[in-house]
Amino acid sequence: MSFTTPEIAWAPLAPVIIVLGAAAVAILIESFVRAAQTRRRVQLGVSVVALLAAAGTAIVQWATLEGAGTIVLDGMLTVDRQSLAWQVLIVVFGTLGMLLFAARTRAGEEAFTPLGSVAPGSTEETLARRKGMQVTEVFPLALFAVGGMMLFTSVTDLIFLFVALEVFSLPLYILVALARRRRFLSHEGALKYFLLGAFSSAILLFGAAFLYGATGSTSYTEIAQGVASVSGVDALVLAGAVMVVVGLLFKIGAVPFHSWTPDAYQGAPTPVTAFMAAATKAAATAALLRVVYEAFYGLEWELSWLIWGVSIASMLLGTVVALVQTELKRMLAYSSVAHAGFILVAFAGFPDGALSALPFYLASYGLATLGAFAVITQVREKAEDGTVMGEATRLGQWAGLGKRSPWLAAAMALFLLSFAGIPLTAGFVGKFVAFAAAISAGAWPLVLIAVIASAAAAFFYVRLIVLMFLTDVPEGQEDAVEIDHSPLARVVVVIAAAAVVLLGVVPGPVLAAFENAGVLLLGAAG
Amino acid sequence: MLDLTWLLIAVPLASSFVLLLLGKRANPWGHWLGVAASGTAFVIGLLALIQMLGLDAHDRSHAVHLFSWIPGGELNLDAGLLVDPLSMTFVMLVTFVGTLIHIYSVAYMEHDPNRRIFFAYLNLFVAAMLLLVLADSYLLLFVGWEGVGLASYLLIGFWNQKPEYATAANKAFVVNRIGDIGLILAMGLMFTYLGGVDFATVFAAAPEASTAQLTAIGLTLLLAATGKSAQFPLQSWLGDAMAGPTPVSALIHAATMVTAGVYLIVRSAPIYEGAPAAQTVVAAIGAFTLILGALIGMAKDDIKKALAASTMSQIGYMMLAAGLGPIGYAFAIFHLVTHGFFKAGMFLGAGSVMHGMHDQVDMRRYGALRTAMVTTWVTFGLGWLAILGVPPFSGFWSKDKIIEAAFVGEGAQPWILGGAALIGAGLTAFYMSRLFFMTFHGKARWTDDQHPHESPALMTVPMIILAVGSAFLGLFLAMGDRFTDWLEPVTGHAEHHEPVLPVPVIMVATLLLVALGAWVAWRKYGAADVPETAPAASLATIAARNDMFQDSVNRGVFERPGTHLTRTLVYADAALVDGAVDKTAHSFARTGESVRKTQNGQVRSYALTMLVGLVIVIIVVVQGGL
Repeated sequence: MSFTTPEIAWAPLAPVIIVLGAAAVAILIESFVRAAQTRRRVQLGVSVVALLAAAGTAIVQWATLEGAGTIVLDGMLTVDRQSLAWQVLIVVFGTLGMLLFAARTRAGEEAFTPLGSVAPGSTEETLARRKGMQVTEVFPLALFAVGGMMLFTSVTDLIFLFVALEVFSLPLYILVALARRRRFLSHEGALKYFLLGAFSSAILLFGAAFLYGATGSTSYTEIAQGVASVSGVDALVLAGAVMVVVGLLFKIGAVPFHSWTPDAYQGAPTPVTAFMAAATKAAATAALLRVVYEAFYGLEWELSWLIWGVSIASMLLGTVVALVQTELKRMLAYSSVAHAGFILVAFAGFPDGALSALPFYLASYGLATLGAFAVITQVREKAEDGTVMGEATRLGQWAGLGKRSPWLAAAMALFLLSFAGIPLTAGFVGKFVAFAAAISAGAWPLVLIAVIASAAAAFFYVRLIVLMFLTDVPEGQEDAVEIDHSPLARVVVVIAAAAVVLLGVVPGPVLAAFENAGVLLLGAAG
Repeated sequence: MLDLTWLLIAVPLASSFVLLLLGKRANPWGHWLGVAASGTAFVIGLLALIQMLGLDAHDRSHAVHLFSWIPGGELNLDAGLLVDPLSMTFVMLVTFVGTLIHIYSVAYMEHDPNRRIFFAYLNLFVAAMLLLVLADSYLLLFVGWEGVGLASYLLIGFWNQKPEYATAANKAFVVNRIGDIGLILAMGLMFTYLGGVDFATVFAAAPEASTAQLTAIGLTLLLAATGKSAQFPLQSWLGDAMAGPTPVSALIHAATMVTAGVYLIVRSAPIYEGAPAAQTVVAAIGAFTLILGALIGMAKDDIKKALAASTMSQIGYMMLAAGLGPIGYAFAIFHLVTHGFFKAGMFLGAGSVMHGMHDQVDMRRYGALRTAMVTTWVTFGLGWLAILGVPPFSGFWSKDKIIEAAFVGEGAQPWILGGAALIGAGLTAFYMSRLFFMTFHGKARWTDDQHPHESPALMTVPMIILAVGSAFLGLFLAMGDRFTDWLEPVTGHAEHHEPVLPVPVIMVATLLLVALGAWVAWRKYGAADVPETAPAASLATIAARNDMFQDSVNRGVFERPGTHLTRTLVYADAALVDGAVDKTAHSFARTGESVRKTQNGQVRSYALTMLVGLVIVIIVVVQGGL
């Protein structure tokens, strides 16, 4: 067996290299910049500049892309407009997420624990807090996650799929565990996320092994050829394909692979929840699109069982269970489960339209999610002596928010309406194009269920709006909640709100761009 | 001017934003800005109308391109307006009645600290309603549809300091969402079968589509219409919606928004042309609701709820007409316009009565108000005569035509539909007369602290104008078939059909029934004493007082299964899987008691869920695939 060095096309990899390179630099900064305050500023600066540079490079590549795209690393990666669109999306989510990471309360308190390595409530922790220590490692960790996700969107080989999956998952597990308050909850969420994530990675790897056994290759194109050449359908191929898809469905958070979402969403520091909810879902959707369209296209009929079943279960369970949540972050977690179901609706029948509809759907969903969690970071509990505490995430605490802070409440209402898919918000256009794609493939019964589910889902979104605007602050609770305006979180809210409105009212340019992204370099094999 | 019709939407919308954004600074003059915005929209509409009247009948449909909304591939969709006689009719109704109600509200809401916000919402409503009727695609119509729903929701809950009012707003929202599903589904079906959701594409493709496809679209559109127009089985929210301030009830829940369903059906005429079954269902729903509403109206003692029941019933007439096809479309819209005038007038009258009676709504505590509130009495009286269908008042010209049209057809249908319309006229006469006599005639049954007085001019002038419309508008529009000719380019030419009964017979029968209804009401509520509390009543009356137990039905049909589903899923999500795992764990390690209670057990159960899910999926896919 001889080994030949693959020819690497460096230029198409530039956005990923910039992000991962910046992550490496950020690690060095951790070692060399000692003052916590300066370090935080430098880290934020480096991260944001790197991400903007990556976005710029990706856009330049988009503009100068010759033909449909480039194959990189001997078929391991494909850089085409589809992957570039997703990369830009993930970088945008990453940038907004980073701004939230750096946001602090008026009292100068950030969302992360001062020292991640010590036990909650220990003397060391108190000491670290008093000394003003900061875990600025969150910035390089998030950069690694973003880099991994960017790779994840362009992978066309199962081995590399697994590598990219781990590159972005491992930093996320750590990030989830770093909450400043309620650290036990945070640890619990992280541990669950990690254990279940490891479990799902194993399933994915197992599936890859099956597929390698059946087709003799881990490359998407060769698997597709293998699938086509097998007479009839092979149980090994099917089981392998199902396991790979299930591994990705875990990351998307679809039922019954959703169990980690409520705990991880609730336990994680809210900026991490925001970033994770938006970016992970986008990256996993992108990877699922590619593997399904390039490797499993021939298995459309067989996989339809999986898509339909999981989609219906997600929409139903997500919507119904969200109805009874009294904790805001858990409610949004279940809402994200329902959205996973809506995303899968577009997969039904593997329509071409899904390739351009889903980037838009995820853009609308991610922006609204980032915005909503950014609002959550600003609504704080207040102790009787006036000190501002952690986030007020019980639904009841949001009563009368419209009177306390009309603008913040209005922004939240906008994001919720977008989740609900009310016209003139991005969410509506997103649902419209996603469902239209499914209908074009004849999956109207699924769309019917999706429409009913989204109408029912509107109820719990609107319940929160009613709570904010039409309910008075309960008596005696007037001083229990405080709006803590942090400038950075505010910037995120404003950007997200503007984007949600723009994408809802004039989605044209973006839709047209994603229309171009709907062409895969290798085409749908099958 | 026709190209500037977008201003109709932009002006009130801008005003709404200004009022909301400026905050308290705008309090001193905010309401007048609201009035001005609505008035400007009316002037623009009037100029456009005049220009349109100058055109030939077949040139009157005018498309206004706004911008490319959702471009690309198969989904190409522009946002544009369609200005034609049908939409112009609505524009005039909405802006004219809307402006009057704005003026009325200046006085009615005078003591409310949030009057500016109230006007912002009213302006928002006007903008959304105009968008609804002017849209050139179902999708844009849907935007307006949700917009009026939002405005209605905000205005019903405007006095949300009372919890039951907020509940009413919620109920309206939930029921309307059910209707909205219908519209979304209809759009999905149109997109699949007819290749688009804009009117031009849909109507061009409709004749080629199969009957089954068109029926499906027609029925889903009907579901949407029943939600918005409070028709059976989605009628229950309208009564509760009366919790909103009375001008809101007059504008939204009588004259304009609730008639959007009728507009939707008439606008979708080309679809219903190919779907006779769906058309029959529309007519049947209309006929059923008109009787149902009338029965509920007979038993209500709350003046606004009685009027709400009457609205439901009158919209039933319009639905019935819309379900009759081209022969009925024009009459449906005709009745919609006259009803917009007389019902809005009566609601404003009811508001005036409440204004003078310390917000009392129980008609059993009214009586003999004709001397105390002369203007209100006269204007309300004109509305009353109009809704009864007494010639020559407005309602006569529109309602009588619907009854005649309902008698056209073959087999049992004309007898059933016509019979319902005829009986409905008698019932209407009874309950409206009951309302009128209980309020303005008989003996005074006021509570001690009530000192009825006439309302200020800002309130009475709009009432007078609407009363003039209630009296003469019908005659004016009916003369020489003015209105039907005006709508003909949209609704199509209707062949003349003879009813199964001769027209004079129908007319005389109607008038006799009306006279009978009014006479019975006079005997019971005008001449005789009315008890101050509702007497014990028969089962039928109790049923009617309780809105025919619609809430109980809703609870049984929607709420209970929903609750059970929720509980089951929550249970399955948390307890069931845990339980199964716990039991296994129990048998394996009794000593793990304390460990099981920690979260470790849950992670195991989560992993088990995933594994079981994976195994099921693999079995299904592999078995299904092989």
